[in-house]
Formats: sequence, structure tokens, C-alpha cells
Amino acid sequence: MSVCIIDYGMSNLGSIKRALEECGAEAFVSGDPHDLTRCERIILPGVGSFADGMKNLIERGWVEPLKQEVLKNKIPLLGICLGMQLLARRGYEGGETQGLDLIPGEVRLLQPTSKNERIPHIGWNEIYRIKDNPLFNHIPDHDDFYFVHSYHFVPDDKENIITQTPYCGEFVSSIHLNNILGVQFHPEKSIPLGFQLLKNFLGY
Amino acid sequence: MLKVRVIPTLLWKDVGLVKGVSFDSWRRIGSILPAIKVYNTRQVDELIIVDIIAFREKRDPDFESVADFSSECFVPLTVGGGIRTIEDVKNLLRAGADKVSINSISYEDPELITRVARAFGSQCVVASIDAKKNKNNEYECYSHSGTKQTGIQAYLWAKEMEKRGAGEILLTSIERDGTMKGYDLDLIRSVTDAVKNIPVITSGGAGNYQHMYQALKNKASAVAAASIFHFTQQTPLEAKSFLSGKGIPVRKTRII
Repeated sequence: MSVCIIDYGMSNLGSIKRALEECGAEAFVSGDPHDLTRCERIILPGVGSFADGMKNLIERGWVEPLKQEVLKNKIPLLGICLGMQLLARRGYEGGETQGLDLIPGEVRLLQPTSKNERIPHIGWNEIYRIKDNPLFNHIPDHDDFYFVHSYHFVPDDKENIITQTPYCGEFVSSIHLNNILGVQFHPEKSIPLGFQLLKNFLGY
Repeated sequence: MLKVRVIPTLLWKDVGLVKGVSFDSWRRIGSILPAIKVYNTRQVDELIIVDIIAFREKRDPDFESVADFSSECFVPLTVGGGIRTIEDVKNLLRAGADKVSINSISYEDPELITRVARAFGSQCVVASIDAKKNKNNEYECYSHSGTKQTGIQAYLWAKEMEKRGAGEILLTSIERDGTMKGYDLDLIRSVTDAVKNIPVITSGGAGNYQHMYQALKNKASAVAAASIFHFTQQTPLEAKSFLSGKGIPVRKTRII
């Protein structure tokens, strides 16, 4: 299984590549959008602000080739952290910015509901299953994954939600729309369940 | 609910994994990469890797080695040792560190903490404080791997670091380090009482799981430890099941 990890200058990609290899994939990091035509799965990673992320994707020519592969050729795509957020129509981090608009929704700042909730949300927290999805096969409900973020995805349609996480009044921690998937947490830093999730994605 | 963390610390000198007692008598006990692989399988919540001589030897952090370590590290990774500039921080994050631990330079250039927090976010800035009781019976900060007195009290410095934008405090008792006699609870309490808004990771002295429980009861958010994991049969997994039995929220562990 050949997996293309999109390198648009927004994070270190060593551990995601190695994690995919551990899960049995042939993963490669690419800065060339043409490579999307020669892979069976696509990972959109990312750490940083929404505005910078979109700017880099546009400047480096990823937007149209990515939409082509995902929407026309139905190649499964997994967005991780900022990569999930960029799937939205619009984000507000670093100024109001148009997103990839692959899953209808917006990305907004987390709003604490108690004094104990601090932003950014960092650490191990639970995922509550809202609906079944093969991405979470063999992953127990209410188990923990590693999060580092300040913004969250607010989908227009609740049907797109797979899991929520109990922080700031429950935010959406994973989403899907057909072959397009996104997780707010870091599977590559959440061994062993994160590896199970990556394996599920390879089999999606 | 966010979970309390159990964090092994790997001290790194030249190419080896080392451990000392009270920041002295370093023993080489293995290599870093195999240790990382072991901790991956033991489902630790995080790892801290510190190059203990880079700063004293006026060397840059070893970015290449950090890139090798991080690509095999499937848990969040904090890297410390030898950081002097914002450029060092940028290169460590690029090499795959999730957070950086800043110690000695903060006494010379406290503004660096603010600059790093502004550029990369508070979540990646760990202010590391090494403390020891002085003759006035106060906990005083030491820099340069515990060799240089700073004249600053630990709880005051912790507050200063919080104010300047640190996302976490890593608090180490120099006297307890490597002794496995238990964390210095008075030191922990003095800092957790002073620092209200950011987590305090406690380090130095853990010899059993009860010690970890005591530190958490004194409002530490995470417990770091080395000797207990290097030199005894105790494991981070067992630590978490012990803590869970005492009602502390920890990450569930899974056999897959």
C-alpha cells in the first residue's frame, strides 16, 4: 500500500512516515503534487496556523491535484490535526481564510466551559464514539489519544461526526465524508491505538 | 478529562544513555534508540530526552541525532540540552521534537522564553528548573547541569517562567536525583502553590509508585522518572495501573 504524505512545510514528518511503515505501508514524503497520482492513500499532516497552512498549500500547487484525486478518483485521504482542520470551508486562525472545503464546516477557537480548561488543549484525552466507522475498528470507545491544538472543526452536518472529546463542552475529534477522513489528535504519537487507526486507514 | 502523565527521562551524554546520582557520578547504561523503542512498546505518555553536557561544552544541540530519535518515537517527545537561541528551538522542532526544554540559558536571557512562546506557541515551551536547598534552607535554582548557583529561589523563578510564556515547568530536585528516595514534596508544593495556570512535571527521586502518587497529591500534573525504570523491574505501565487504583486519572493502556 503506497501512501503519500503531503509536505507543505507545516510539520516534521519523520514520525508519521515511520509510523505508517510500522503499520505495513510504503510511505513517502512528497513536496511534488504530481506524486498524488501514484499513491493509494494520502495523508495531510500539519502543525501551525490555518492561514499559513492554506497559503502554503496554494503556493505549492497542492489544492487542485488533491481535490482531483480525492473527489474524482476517490483516493482515501486522512487529515491529521491542522490537516483535518484544513478540510473545512473556512478557518479563523491567523485571519479568516478559505479552506479546502472538502467537508462542510468551519474551524473555530475552543471556548473553555470551566476554569480548569486551558487553551491550547494538550495531552491525553478520550474519544467518545458518535457513530461507527471502519477508521475506529478494534479501538475501544472512551480510550485516549494525544491532542495538541487550540481550534476545532465545527461541521455543518452532524452526520459527518465520528467521535467527540470531552473538553470545552465536547468538540469534534474525528470526521468523515465518504473517502475523506480527519482526526484532531495525533495517531503517530498515540501508540498503540494510533497505529491501529493508521492500519484501519490503510484498509479503508 | 485530561490525564496525568508518567514520563521516563532519558539523559544523553556523547552517544550513550546515562544516569547519575545528584547530577554526578554518571554511569553509561545503554543507548538512546533502543530505549525509545522499549518505551514505545510500554506505552509511556511522553518521553523527555536531555543532552546533559551540550550547554556546558558550549555545543549546539545535536539536531541529527534528535531527528533519528524522533522518527522512532511514537509518543510525544520533549528535547532539552544546549538550547541557546530561537534558531536552536526552530531546528529542534523541525527535527521532530514536540516540545523543547529550556534551562541554563533562561537565567541569562529570560526573554527567550517569551520569544519562543510567541513564535511557536506556549505548548512547546518547557521551562526546566533544577533546584537544591541552600544554606538559608531555601530551594535555589542551579544552572549548567546543577553546577552553577543562580541566587534565585525556585518558586519565584517558576512564576517568572509562567509569566514569560512557558507552557510547562519541569522541576527537578538535584539532591533527590538518582536516589530513588522519593520526590522532594516540599519543593513540589512550593512550586505548585506558586504556579497556578500551567502544569508542573516533577522529577528527581522516584523509587516506587507510591512516590509518584505523593507527588500527584501535591498537585504535580505529571511525574518524570529515570532510575526506577532503568534499574528496577518497575514499569510505566504498572505505575499507571497503581495510580488508577488510587483514583488518579491516567491513560488506559491496551494490549494490541
